[in-house]
Parts: sequence; C-alpha cells; structure tokens
Amino acid sequence: MRQHIQNVTIQNPAGLVLDLDRVDFIDSTGLGVLVGAAKRMRMAKGAFRIVNSQDFLDELFRLTRLNEVFDLYESLDQALAEVKAQIQASTAIENESQDRGGR
Amino acid sequence: MSSTEIEIPPAFEHLAMVRSVLANALEAEGALKQERLQDLRLAVSEGTTNAIESHQAAGTDAPVRIGVAVEATQVTVSIADQGGGFDPAKLKPHPPVTDPERLQYERGLGITLMRTLADRCDIETGPTGTTVTLTMNR
Repeated sequence: MRQHIQNVTIQNPAGLVLDLDRVDFIDSTGLGVLVGAAKRMRMAKGAFRIVNSQDFLDELFRLTRLNEVFDLYESLDQALAEVKAQIQASTAIENESQDRGGR
Repeated sequence: MSSTEIEIPPAFEHLAMVRSVLANALEAEGALKQERLQDLRLAVSEGTTNAIESHQAAGTDAPVRIGVAVEATQVTVSIADQGGGFDPAKLKPHPPVTDPERLQYERGLGITLMRTLADRCDIETGPTGTTVTLTMNR
C-alpha cells in the first residue's frame, strides 16, 4: 500500500481519494502511510479524502485522533464529488490570478 | 487455563501469521469477546512490529518470541525481543492534531495503541532486549 500510494502521490495529482472499505486490517504502520499521503497531498496543494464506513477503522481513527486530521467520508461518490469541487475551485482561483497578472 | 508460544524470524512477512494464530487460538477457546479479540490482535501486531524492527536494527536473526496464556480472569500475551531496548520516557509525544506539524509524524503510534487497546501494557526494556506484556481482562 505504501509503495502504491507513493507512486501516485509522487505525480502530484490534483486530488486523491483512498477507499478503505475493503481493508480488513490496518495497524500503526498503515496509519503512518495514510498520514504520509495526507502530508504529500497537502504539500502538493492537492485534495485528499478517505472513504471508510467500517466501525473498526472509525474506532482506530478516533483512538489516534486521526479523525481530526483526515477528511473522512462514508461514501465514495460523496468523496469524489468533494475532491472534484475542490479541484474546480482551485483551478478557478488559479485562472483568476493568472488573468489579473496579465493585465 | 492454557498457554502457547510462537517463535518467528524477525521479518514483517510473519506478522499476518502471528495475528492469525493468535486469533484462531483464542477464538477456539472462546477466551475473549470478538471486539476485545480484535483489540488484542491489533495490539499484538503493534508489539510484534516493534520487536521485528528492534531485531532488524540490532542486526540479529534471533527469533521473536510470542507467548499467549489464557487464565480464568485474563488473557496475557508477551512479546519478547533481543534487540537493543529503548527508553519509553524518551518517546516524543505527537503534536496536537490541530498542529500542521502533526503530519510530519508518520510513525510512533504503536505504543500508544497498545496502551489504549489493552487493559494493561507492561514494558520491560534494557540493552539485551524488550518484553511487552499485554493483558486483557475476560
């Protein structure tokens, strides 16, 4: 998982959604991978969301207080919609700023 | 009352086997409720990960030993390594979750989780190794 996420984040994507609904076990190493992904996405100013509807993961995020660090969603559709909206908003701001710079 | 001991080489590929053996043994015995068993499974995984890391850091191929004891009122799991030990008092606490610096900490949740998930977590550590004992009340 770490390698796969690193391969994706290294390309500085505008958005990344991790769907954990089929994950049946995660420990602190796995949580560290998620923290790393959040960090890299923040540095790249990309949108990052995690999808989870499993109780054991909810509990784990709560115990580690990572629920206050990550943007968690129960539905993949909702997370994807949020990421798309954030990317569109960022692009609009960027375009506006470029327009002003050109005048 | 029963007891089991597992020895694994210090490699992460054996972690899943440890979790599986532990869960199967305790499930077969009806030693813990399912939710508590999942807590113990995660805590043992954290302790075993630390033990494997400790052996790898010390460059030893010696096995990591995991002992499981089921008693009338509690289940105890001990994880013993022969690494170089550590000072629990020197563990750096993570910054608050509201601090952007929190994202700089990708590691260091293992001991916190063990202490949170187990009813009791005792750590004996020294230059010749570390033994973590996790206790769950039945």
